[in-house]
Amino acid sequence: MSEKILKEIKVRVWKQKNSTAKGKFETYTVHNISTDTSFLEMLDILNMQLVEEGKEPIVFDHDCREGICGTCSLFINGRAHGPDDDITTCQLHMRKFKDGETITVEPFRVGAFPVIKDLMVDRTAFEKILQAGGFVSVNTGGIPDGNAIPISYDDAEAAMDAASCIGCGACVATCKNSSAMLFVSAKVSHLARLPQGKIEASRRAKAMVAKMDELGFGNCSNTGACEVECPKGISIANIATLNREYLMAKIKD
Amino acid sequence: MTQINSKIPEGPLTEKWSKHKAKIKVVSPANKRKLEIIVVGTGLAGASAAASLAELGYNVKAFCYQDSPRRAHSIAAQGGINAAKNYQNDNDSVYRLFYDTIKGGDYRAREANVYRLAEVSGSIIDQCVAQGVPFAREYGGVLSNRSFGGVLVSRTFYARGQTGQQLLIGAYSALNRQIGAGTVKMYARHEMLDIVKIDGKARGIIARDMVSGEIKRFGAHAVVIASGGYGNVFFLSTNAMGCNGGAAWQAYKRGAFMSNPCFVQIHPTCIPVHGEQQSKLTLMSESLRNDGRIWVPKKKEDAEKLQKGLIGPNDIAEEDRDFYLERRYPAYGNLVPRDVASRAAKERCDAGFGVNNTGLAVYLDFKYSIERLGKDVIEARYGNLFQMYEKITDVDPYKEPMQIYPAIHYTMGGTWVDYNLMTSVPGLYAIGEANFSDHGANRLGASALMQGLADGYFVLPYTIGDYLANEIQVPKININAPEFENAINEVKGRLDKLMNIKGTKPADYFHKKLGKVMWDYVGMSRNEAGLKTAIKEIADIKAEFWKDLRVPGIQGEVNQELEKAGRVADFIELADLMARDALAREESCGGHFREESVTDDGEAKRNDEAGTYVSAWEYKGENQEPLMHKEELKFENIELAQRSYK
Repeated sequence: MSEKILKEIKVRVWKQKNSTAKGKFETYTVHNISTDTSFLEMLDILNMQLVEEGKEPIVFDHDCREGICGTCSLFINGRAHGPDDDITTCQLHMRKFKDGETITVEPFRVGAFPVIKDLMVDRTAFEKILQAGGFVSVNTGGIPDGNAIPISYDDAEAAMDAASCIGCGACVATCKNSSAMLFVSAKVSHLARLPQGKIEASRRAKAMVAKMDELGFGNCSNTGACEVECPKGISIANIATLNREYLMAKIKD
Repeated sequence: MTQINSKIPEGPLTEKWSKHKAKIKVVSPANKRKLEIIVVGTGLAGASAAASLAELGYNVKAFCYQDSPRRAHSIAAQGGINAAKNYQNDNDSVYRLFYDTIKGGDYRAREANVYRLAEVSGSIIDQCVAQGVPFAREYGGVLSNRSFGGVLVSRTFYARGQTGQQLLIGAYSALNRQIGAGTVKMYARHEMLDIVKIDGKARGIIARDMVSGEIKRFGAHAVVIASGGYGNVFFLSTNAMGCNGGAAWQAYKRGAFMSNPCFVQIHPTCIPVHGEQQSKLTLMSESLRNDGRIWVPKKKEDAEKLQKGLIGPNDIAEEDRDFYLERRYPAYGNLVPRDVASRAAKERCDAGFGVNNTGLAVYLDFKYSIERLGKDVIEARYGNLFQMYEKITDVDPYKEPMQIYPAIHYTMGGTWVDYNLMTSVPGLYAIGEANFSDHGANRLGASALMQGLADGYFVLPYTIGDYLANEIQVPKININAPEFENAINEVKGRLDKLMNIKGTKPADYFHKKLGKVMWDYVGMSRNEAGLKTAIKEIADIKAEFWKDLRVPGIQGEVNQELEKAGRVADFIELADLMARDALAREESCGGHFREESVTDDGEAKRNDEAGTYVSAWEYKGENQEPLMHKEELKFENIELAQRSYK
């Protein structure tokens, strides 16, 4: 924890009044930022400064600030979740930046995620995809014992890998086609790997893909950019699983 | 004076819940379709309740301030969920889980509620498995368990260090199924700002659409508060930035009693504060205490060198390390309950043995378990936590011990509820962390997830029927009734007032100031003089807030400063009640440590003559002293003993 102080940082931020307004970049300056400070804490400091100057602060989404809720987004210096690997924006620290640097901050730019204000976007499209089939159709109660169906260690681990998705949308924002295939495939493979989810795997894959297409997400062209920017390291191999489940479902039709 | 009736069923402890279920009323499917229920909050408690109620046939409206129900802060729970399955054959049982929870809570919880919690705990695991929660498994395919603080058995189920996330995704997927089916109407990015009562019963809420700024009204036959805890009163906590006490506080102002607000959990293993610019604290799961050993140097000169950065932890010889938890508590060692571990860390640091530049940190060392089990095993168990630690601190915990320090984590106190989880307002319920009922003065690790899901899946869906069975003749609630008009006008008036102060300081300025007062006087260690000082300083902060707050922008659009301002206004009032409650409780118990009440060897000393009560505070109006009612706690099955983990 060798703390240093960044004397001056320039922040070039996308400002947009609402979903229909035209946006533009504005540049602000902050001083004396500790390298142990997180990127979002730096934005907090900038916002306090703006309020005290009588200006409107920058609107951005954030909540847990420990990399698990998936609320924070942001494109920082051209990368979803900024210049570090396997993290969300809230886990990005100022030690990744140089004194005097100008940092460019933009919202996720995806047609299906319209800007609400400044850096805040609307990811309701993800909700709709999950509502279409991202579940196991069981009601509360009347369930057999948790150990009634053994699940192999490997299946449980593979399901857990896929289930780690936090629904942040970095995969879509990074994809040149704005495809949601990594997101959809993570849910499909999480559940298809488990006996409880296997039962309706085909129905699920079809319903979720249909909804994804309807909402205007693009196609997957296998560039693998999504996998690189995923803060939780969700593997592109899940897309192969999704394609297999989808194909099987279509053959059955 | 309002009567406190906890409605605990008669009969032997082991039969209370089953007899109660047999006796309470049930609503027919045809009538469920005519009834509406509002659920505020979509964490484990709220999402599981909303989904389960909709499955039963009720019409549910669910609200969350986040952009998706999946983001509720239950998602950040790491270590696990307890259940009395006895899968390990280590002599666990419903009774043992019940006993551990009552003892862990320092004998300040209701026996009947806790026993019910232990009884339904097993079904929670079954339910989650059926939803596709990928719990950790053994090679033979059965579920795996680990140990948590304050217990001697292994009953904690887990999904790596992301158990809360996986359980919430399970409840969220059940909720999504109902949203897709049209039985739940989901209102994300909506913040509840008031409860509406008609003829004394909860009949709806007022909420602000956080995108358009529109103030909206929603009616229902019953309202469920599942909005979590109020730990963010302290500004720095392990809570998410948006966690707030708003819904519970509005319920309090509308007549719901607030219980034991001074019972706050301070979690022993959090990443220490690094400086003034910090916005929140990050928890390192208690599960780490299974394999990590906590220590500080034995010699003060070593501690001083560490504080100045002249040496590192690995420079300190084995014999010069003080494993103070193992020394003081040989039976439980590093797995003592959270309140005990937190106070022990504070004691060492206050005595000058802290290990970082602020002197407010101790080591959590994995060297020994890496030597014993290998790095691979440790990585498989805690990999994501180690990665999280390294990203925040820039230190590799495989090579150097973690630095940890206690931080505000959970609030055992909350809205008063009876055995049916109904508040003192008819038709208004509180579940999960938002209520006070199950954890007494200290919550055991891995029990929050258990309680949230118990309430949502297996308790509320039964007990709410007993109330709603009498409401089947009530038509759809008229949201144009004068009560709704009045409430909406009050809410708008309050927002206008915040907007129109036009002072000079942002909401965060007051929040930080409040947090410091609370940490200094209403934190880990409390005394009469300090609490009185806190009450005075909180009043000063309140006066300054309403004079000098600045909220930029307008009300009718996204306005995050306005959201914060409203929450801080609530926190200031809540802080006052917390300090009053702490002052009134003249004993040490669990997380509530009064310096006036300690044993000869420095442990918390309960006063069972005066302390076996639940406080239930009644709101008496703006600037009026609140009134405390007392619900006596009766222990019919457990003998009260001074807690010992030695």
